[in-house]
This record gives sequence, structure tokens and C-alpha cells, in this order.
Amino acid sequence: MPERITVEDVAHVARLARLNIAPDELERFTSQLGDILEHAAQMAALDLEGVEPMGHPYGLRNVMRADVLAPSLDRDEVLSQAPSAEAGMFRVPPVLGEEP
Amino acid sequence: MTELTTALEMAAAVAAREVTATELVEASLSAIAERDGDISAFNLVTDDAARQRAAEIDVEIAAGRPVGRLAGVPIALKDNLCTRGVPTTCSSKILEGWRPPYDATVVTMLAHSGAISVGKTNLDEFAMGSSTENSAFGPTRNPRDLSRVPGGSSGGSAAAVAAGYVPLSLGSDTGGSIRQPAALCGVVGVKPTYGLVSRYGLVAFASSLDQIGPFATTVTDAALLLEVIAGHDPLDSTSIPEPVADLMSHLADGVQGLRVGIVSEFMVEGIADDVRRRTEAAAAALEAAGAIVGEVNVPAAAYGLDAYYLIAPAEASSNLARYDAVRFGLRVDASTTPDMYDATRTAGFGDEVKRRIMLGTYALSAGYYDAYYGTAQKVRSLIRRDFDRAYQDFDVLLSPTSPTTAFAFGDKTEDPMTMYLNDVCTIPTNLAGHPAMSVPFGVGDDGMPVGVQVMAPMMGEIPMFRAAAVLEAAANSEAIS
Repeated sequence: MPERITVEDVAHVARLARLNIAPDELERFTSQLGDILEHAAQMAALDLEGVEPMGHPYGLRNVMRADVLAPSLDRDEVLSQAPSAEAGMFRVPPVLGEEP
Repeated sequence: MTELTTALEMAAAVAAREVTATELVEASLSAIAERDGDISAFNLVTDDAARQRAAEIDVEIAAGRPVGRLAGVPIALKDNLCTRGVPTTCSSKILEGWRPPYDATVVTMLAHSGAISVGKTNLDEFAMGSSTENSAFGPTRNPRDLSRVPGGSSGGSAAAVAAGYVPLSLGSDTGGSIRQPAALCGVVGVKPTYGLVSRYGLVAFASSLDQIGPFATTVTDAALLLEVIAGHDPLDSTSIPEPVADLMSHLADGVQGLRVGIVSEFMVEGIADDVRRRTEAAAAALEAAGAIVGEVNVPAAAYGLDAYYLIAPAEASSNLARYDAVRFGLRVDASTTPDMYDATRTAGFGDEVKRRIMLGTYALSAGYYDAYYGTAQKVRSLIRRDFDRAYQDFDVLLSPTSPTTAFAFGDKTEDPMTMYLNDVCTIPTNLAGHPAMSVPFGVGDDGMPVGVQVMAPMMGEIPMFRAAAVLEAAANSEAIS
């Protein structure tokens, strides 16, 4: 198992997960995640040589439906739940800002 | 007005015109109004809609038209089940006020059965927790002792049934979130075989583990509700095509010759003595009823918690990426879209959800994928293999549902690992995809309910319910004597 998770690691994954974590919270989360991962490291005791990974109770397979028109969700009803919508579309602030 | 307590009795009385759906709904709403200020099982009580639906069913019955199997029976829905036009929050600030544009398939099936939803119940945010203390709207209290937690994450649904508001409710179970609160509140809770009940419209937490299931006061009612909600759904690609087993006709079959294995890995240190004794008493009751009881090892199950706390957060980190303030729910304004994502997710998610998103992101990130997520998936294979071996010698397996009875508020909130240990006996069956249920079996040293867990192989609901029915009868006769 890898080295114990660091504050820098947690700051990195927080960024990937689009979460702003304050410095004092970062310490606490790092300690908690470290404990959970340490517990998980017990799995190293198992002999996993040649064991296939299991992602799903049935294995994942593609399920296709017939290519025929059928009613779908009402567009206006869907858009009525958006924080901001205009002209049949979701509306968001500028995507490209000052930051890189 | 009425002494009807079970859904079966209520539905029969409504069909026989001995009571109206309106009377049943009014009784349910009164009970909620009387006690839910203290218990807080509900995030939302849909009283107007319930009254309207009851009136419609009463008209149908008065006109002599055929009605469904649960016509007039009040039911409560965990607030992670989508209800069209009715707020569905997952007890998270990030979905506050959201009104889904569609119903979950189970909600549609319940409507066809004539069951009447009286409201949406509280949960740990996004079903992540074992005490309902992680709700953005405050905790639910255990109806049997208000100083204790109801368990979780489906704590509101368990409490709504235990408090007698409704005879039935629905929850969801990713690692024990139906069975553990059922045990702690003293009601029946079922996690069906993965794929038996459609997940369409269940807000996703960990898609390869999530399954919707019933809470009830009796094993018979739980079987009835499971029959109503089970079945193939083209809207869920993991829904199994086999027809639903007829559970109700097998409930009185008994356990003569049924092979019952007590799982040694779930009877070890960490399980409270009183809970272990009750589990042994349950095994003795099954043996007295004719079952062949033995001990069995499921060695990899001892690593279930470790695999689960990588797999479930990994799937959650992906599923919860959809909360981006664009299509639904909360938006915290910012000058750019990326900043809006960050601000919204930071303000909208609670600590436990953030913890799991970060843990899952880490377990999936480059350089750690094989060591964490990959290892956990292999352990998942071993757990399935060890269960399958156990089921070569046994028809059902038995264990405690939860290591302890209901604990006090704040007891386990400081350290996440302590809370996670609550699910040590329930998690392995989710990883395998197997069915399992919790049946009340007396009380612990503190007078609080103890639940025992009956597990079964894929589609093994019939032997599971047969064993559960015998345990229920034994617990009832013990309580009388």
C-alpha cells in the first residue's frame, strides 16, 4: 500500500473534485482519510494473485433499447428546475474566466 | 377509529369497505402531527396530496372498480426517491427545493398498487451514514428512546414505521442503510437481491451497491411490499429480467430441513455480548423449528468494510460530479462557471459527503488506482466467492444485523471509522449483490431492540423470508411468555 496520504494529496483531490477546503479543514480531513486508508491497507494480508476484479454483481454489459421514438421528459419542466435557463437552454456564467 | 396495524389488514379492510382510505390517511397524518415534532422522521409531509389520493381511491372502491394490492395503505418514502413535482432533497442543501420532473419506478408501482405516500423521510445526506445525524435538516430520533439515534442512512423511514405513523416505508441500502436502522428501531427491513427492484429514480450513491427495499412491522407486510415494487424495468439497465418470486405463498412453509449457517466472522470481537446472545437465541429458535444449524466461515467478509470504503466512495465521487449548479438544485453565484462549481459544491455538501468524494477521488486517481480501487475490486471477488462456497452447504446465513443496539447522539460522530464499523455485518452482502434482511429478535441489556440478519444467495428471497417468518413467530411467542 502507498505512503500515508498527505495534506498536499488531499488539497489535490479536493481540487479535482471541485471542492474548496479551508486550511484547518484540510488537516482534519487528511487525518481522517489517513485513518480510513490505513484500515483499508489490511487488505494487503489477502493473497490476490490471479483474482479477477469485480466491478458489479452481474458484470457490466451494454443494454440497448430499440431505436424507436418514445416520449421523454418535458423540456420546460426540466428547465423549470434549473437555477437559470433561457430560450430552451441552461444558462451559466462565462466558462472562460481570468484564471488559467 | 381502527385497530388495524398491518398493511395487509388495512388493504383488506379498505377492499371490504370496513374502513376508507381517507380514514387511514387521516389517522396517519394525525399520528405524524402528534409525534413528529419530537421524532423528525419526515423532511416533508405531503398531506394535501395524500388526502386527494385517498379520496380518489375511495371513489374507485365505492364504484366497485378493481384496486391494487395496497389500496388505501399509507406509506412513507425515503427522500432520495424521486417524486415528480414534490421536493426530493437527499437531506442535502445542494438539492433543497428541487422538484424532480419524473417519478422513480418504485413510486409509479406504488401508485398503481393504490398505496398512498404521506411524505418524504429524513436520511443521512445522500445516504452516507449510519445514524441519520448527517442530515442537513437535523437528525431523526429513535421512537423507542428519543435520546438515541434511529440508525441510518434510512433512519427516517425506519422511524416512521417504528412510530406507527405508517405500516410501510421504502428505504435504500448501499451498505446496510435499510437493515441497520430496521434493527435499531425494532422493525423489519429488507435489502433485496441487486437488480430485483428498479433503481430508476433512486438518486445514485454507489450504483453497483444501491438497492431499494421495504420497511414494515411484520415479515408478511415486508414480503407484500417487495412483491409490489419488484420487477423488470427497461429504464434500469441492471434490472434483472426474471419474474418476481411469489413470496407470500411461502411464508408459512417453515424451516424444516433448511440449512442455516451462522457466520463466524460476524460473531467476533466488536459485536456486543447481548447482541451475540440474541443471535445465538435466534439460531436456537430456527433449530427448534426444524432447521439444520451450523457454523460457517466467509473469510473474505472480514475485509468487506475495507473494500467497501474504497468502492462506495469511488462510485460516489463519480455519481456526485453531477451536482454542478447547472441543471438542478443549489447555485452559488460566481463570475465564471468553474468558480460557480466550486462555490456551489463547497456550500452545498456536508462534511461526510465531502470526505467520501475526496476519498473516492483519491482511490481512483492516477498512481493509486491499482493499490486502492483495484485491490478493493479483487477483494470484492473473494467475498462473492466465499459467500458462494458457504451457500453450497447452507440455504441461508445468519448473523447480527448491527454490532450494538441504538446508540446515543454524538457517540460516534467524532471519528468516521467508528461510525463505519456499524455496518461491518451488512456491507459484505451489498458487495456480493445478495439479498439480506433484518428481523427484530427481542431486546438487548438496555431494553433496546436487537435485529438479526438473514442472508441468502442471489434470488434467494424465498428461503430468506421463510427463515424470517419463523424468527418473527419465535420472537413474538418469547415476548408473550
